[in-house]
Amino acid sequence: MNAPTYNFAYLDEQTKRMIRRAILKAIAIPGYQVPFASREMPMPYGWGTGGVQVTAAILGPEDVLKVIDQGSDDTTNAISIRKFFGKTAGVATTTSTTDATVIQTRHRIPEASLHAGQVLVYQVPIPEPLRFLEPRETETRRMHALAEYGLMHVKLYEDIARFGHIATAYAYPVKVNARYVMDPSPTPKFDNPKMDNCAALQLFGAGREKRIYAIPPYTTVVSLDFEDHPFTRYRFNAPCALCGADNSYLDEIVTDDKGGRMFVCSDTDFCEQRQAAGHHGTESAAPHKEKAHV
Amino acid sequence: MSELASLDNDQPLLVADGLAKNYGRLAACRDVSFALYPGEVLAIVGESGSGKSTLLQLLSAQLAPSAGRVSYRMRDGVLRDLAELGEAERRFLFRTDWGFVHQDPAQGLRMGVSAGANVGERLMAVGWNHYGRIRDTASTWLERVEIDVGRIDDAPKTYSGGMRQRLQIARNLVTEPRLVFMDEPTGGLDVSVQARLLDLMRNLVSELGLAAIVVTHDLAVARLLSHRVMVMKGGRVIETGLTDQVLDDPREPYTQLLVSSILPP
Ligand SMILES: Nc1ncnc2c1ncn2[C@@H]1O[C@H](COP(=O)(O)OP(=O)(O)O)[C@@H](O)[C@H]1O
Ligand SMILES: [Mg+2]
Ligand SMILES: [Zn+2]
Repeated sequence: MNAPTYNFAYLDEQTKRMIRRAILKAIAIPGYQVPFASREMPMPYGWGTGGVQVTAAILGPEDVLKVIDQGSDDTTNAISIRKFFGKTAGVATTTSTTDATVIQTRHRIPEASLHAGQVLVYQVPIPEPLRFLEPRETETRRMHALAEYGLMHVKLYEDIARFGHIATAYAYPVKVNARYVMDPSPTPKFDNPKMDNCAALQLFGAGREKRIYAIPPYTTVVSLDFEDHPFTRYRFNAPCALCGADNSYLDEIVTDDKGGRMFVCSDTDFCEQRQAAGHHGTESAAPHKEKAHV
Repeated sequence: MSELASLDNDQPLLVADGLAKNYGRLAACRDVSFALYPGEVLAIVGESGSGKSTLLQLLSAQLAPSAGRVSYRMRDGVLRDLAELGEAERRFLFRTDWGFVHQDPAQGLRMGVSAGANVGERLMAVGWNHYGRIRDTASTWLERVEIDVGRIDDAPKTYSGGMRQRLQIARNLVTEPRLVFMDEPTGGLDVSVQARLLDLMRNLVSELGLAAIVVTHDLAVARLLSHRVMVMKGGRVIETGLTDQVLDDPREPYTQLLVSSILPP
């Protein structure tokens, strides 16, 4: 299975050591963005080259890899990253959250709770949570160094002033270990509480911006908010049409051109496991059996 | 001067001692020493290029002096050399006990962020965490600077020049600083707009007992706002004294030229 033309997991050993050093530093300073010498990967930046490099640096031959994109194991992006490591590292792959030792993700945290020993690798497009209001890198670095985070609340203030509530729904800022404010990557805020006190190690890789950051296992992660506008999770108020789950994050799927729609779990593995265990949704799922791999 | 000193506190708030700044061979500022007392308004006047802005940046610790030092009496009463403050302390001072009003509001405001958030930012920076209270306080300050509270959610990029300056003042005063630095605060505004702004500043300064250091090339501004004037020429302070005295009865020939408006601004 190992292709001889590649080093194990594609990157050469020296590069992997460099990335591992950045990862170790990131783990030592939870939520702090560590610069690293991001390499060119044989895929475009939008495909998560930061996450891919982190995964490449931590992967061992015994690992079992799962790759999700928006909760699904079967998008082109997820399939190609999975194939990439299957080919370059010869590791086993899986769609099962529980069976995986390394999970690379874009835009979701799995519904099944993660366990000790697992690593969740996030693909990050823009690592700097202060960028929105302060474009100067020198200034944002100083703000992090001095823990000057008033600006994050300016952003939340603007949300409330404009929409009456904190409308930020993705990349909702968090404070890690009561010190660094961090962008959790464009995951829905529904997933934020899963980062708190999580048993798994969480690593974040931003390829284009050359940053790695981390949340070690069992670290406090708090979503920023106001006393009178506390953080709230959000999901569509419906059960999953396929498995009936009423506590999972849902995707809205348009079923016809007459405005028909249904809601299904965005985490396809979670949904399939539930269906296999005998749970069923109430709406007809016929048009989507194929997509959801029932 | 004696009248002012007894007004509030006979301990100086800020002390400049032998301040100098060189840019290569150019001495932008040389050997400036003075003391500013609580509640006192000092105007720094002089023609363009005389070193006013450089001095203001030295005084507000935004620029490191080539020689000399600036000391400031912190809220705990201790006089500290600004160069010896840590960066965190200096930045904290800058957004709590000090204000800085720029000539160009784009430098002092977040132009794309609502007026309410512009005023509320300093409060959030010092840990205010209640949206309703932040907004109420911002509204109160908008009223104080005569901005229609109905505009609280509009960004300053939709404001007129005069409103932007008033918003900049509110944004600075919300933490009740004891000292405000202003660099040509009325520069670039229409005359009628300037008059209204000056009037407002004068009232706020006296109501709040603020100390202020105002850089201006406009002697009318100095006359209306300040108790004391320093006249700069070629980086040096060439004349200083009570504002009325200096402007009505200038001693230095250069000041006489300034007062008679013979020198271009
Ligand atoms: N960053 C700088 N580098 C070099 N020269 C400067 C710099 N800033 C100001 N100067 C020079 O210092 C002198 C005083 O400038 P400035 O303090 O801006 O004067 P004013 O505010 O009175 O117009 C001028 O000759 C100016 O060109
Ligand atoms: Mg100037
Ligand atoms: Zn489901």
